[in-house]
Amino acid sequence: MDAAKVLDAKGLACPMPIVKTKKAMEELNIGDVLEVHATDKGAKSDLAAWTKSSGHELLKDTEEDDVLKFWIKKA
Amino acid sequence: MSKTLSTKELAKKIINDEQTLILDVRNTDEFDDWKIEGGNVEVINEPYFNLLDSVDPVSGKLQKDQEVIVVCAKGGSSEMIADMLEEDGFTDVYNLEGGMKAWSEHLEPVKIGDLSDGGSIYQFIRLGKGCLSYFIESNGEAAVVDANRMTDVYEKFAEEKGVQIKYAIDTHLHADHISGGRELAERTGGVYYLPEKDAAEVTFEYAALQEGSDIHVGNTSINVQPLYSPGHTLGSTSLIVDNQYLLTGDILFVKSIGRPDLAGKAEDWVGDLRDTLYSRYKELSDDLIVLPAHYSFAEELGKGGSVSARLGDLYQRNAGLKVEDENEFRKMVTENLPPQPNAYEDIRKTNMGKITPETEEQKEMEIGPNRCAVEG
Repeated sequence: MDAAKVLDAKGLACPMPIVKTKKAMEELNIGDVLEVHATDKGAKSDLAAWTKSSGHELLKDTEEDDVLKFWIKKA
Repeated sequence: MSKTLSTKELAKKIINDEQTLILDVRNTDEFDDWKIEGGNVEVINEPYFNLLDSVDPVSGKLQKDQEVIVVCAKGGSSEMIADMLEEDGFTDVYNLEGGMKAWSEHLEPVKIGDLSDGGSIYQFIRLGKGCLSYFIESNGEAAVVDANRMTDVYEKFAEEKGVQIKYAIDTHLHADHISGGRELAERTGGVYYLPEKDAAEVTFEYAALQEGSDIHVGNTSINVQPLYSPGHTLGSTSLIVDNQYLLTGDILFVKSIGRPDLAGKAEDWVGDLRDTLYSRYKELSDDLIVLPAHYSFAEELGKGGSVSARLGDLYQRNAGLKVEDENEFRKMVTENLPPQPNAYEDIRKTNMGKITPETEEQKEMEIGPNRCAVEG
């Protein structure tokens, strides 16, 4: 998947993964995809809920070796 | 910088039935699954990620001089939101230290009553999960029943009272929380009791908790009398303490009864559960004070925060004890059961000694409510 930007939020605790994701999304164009890497387990449900409430689209998420990855398309 | 509130301070407020307003900033799924409850607790949910630009979505619902306790999963997001509320002009905002994770671990001791020889019995209320454990002390000795994972709390309490923990007793193999019984006995040089029928697969030494073998606490022997009462698990055993108190484990609660499906199939044990509740317990004195291992609803917290009821009264008002028809009872406890507790299979394996997760993982496994009851 082609991401316009990759955000490394590994090692950051809640609320920082979402705070940084939100900021990064603001800098993208509509339709662009942001790839987010995080290690905070809470990021999974929070990012899913946040994309829903903000209108963005969570295209895909994976979990490998304790690293959570998300691909979010800007609305 | 906003002020912090410890879980201990929050527990005191809830137990004293003080008006408490909580702003829970976790996402709504987590909030709906599990939240802080109490008789005089009002909770508002607004996820922190909806408040990043401004606290307007909640500030309209609150008074600026009102006490507001902000809560999240671990305390990070709530601290940020509490600071933002202060910047917005709120004057009495607290951040719950450690969030729901810490709240899940807090144990609050409440004295239930005196025993006939001058000893006493305390209930340890785990407000965040609805787990109840018991500390029975008499003449320098103590027994802890259905101890939680946080064994240091009981050890510290024993030290303060100047008593030695001699026995750690589990009424059954728990599925909703990790037992501290074995560790507590190891640390204090005491004996760990577990019903044999629940211990078929355990990997460690224990003493069999069985009817007919009374346990004596203190020199003047406070009787802890096991009563075989299967139904929640095959081995579930109640304890009659000092002929005054009936520790029912997860068989009978104040407003509900135990569920029979967490260690096997509901259909297999529904007959045992019925027999325990409608025959075995019925033969006991109506005046026994029932002390369960759980509560599910804030309204079960009585005066001073304790959870208890007279056995005779429960036969009058607990819907789970008033189902005349056996088929109807069977239906009630096998159909429409609530969701099972978080990670209950791994919790059972941990309590059998089959797996030994890291402390952090154990904390994660215990997140959420206990869900051991069937509502009648």
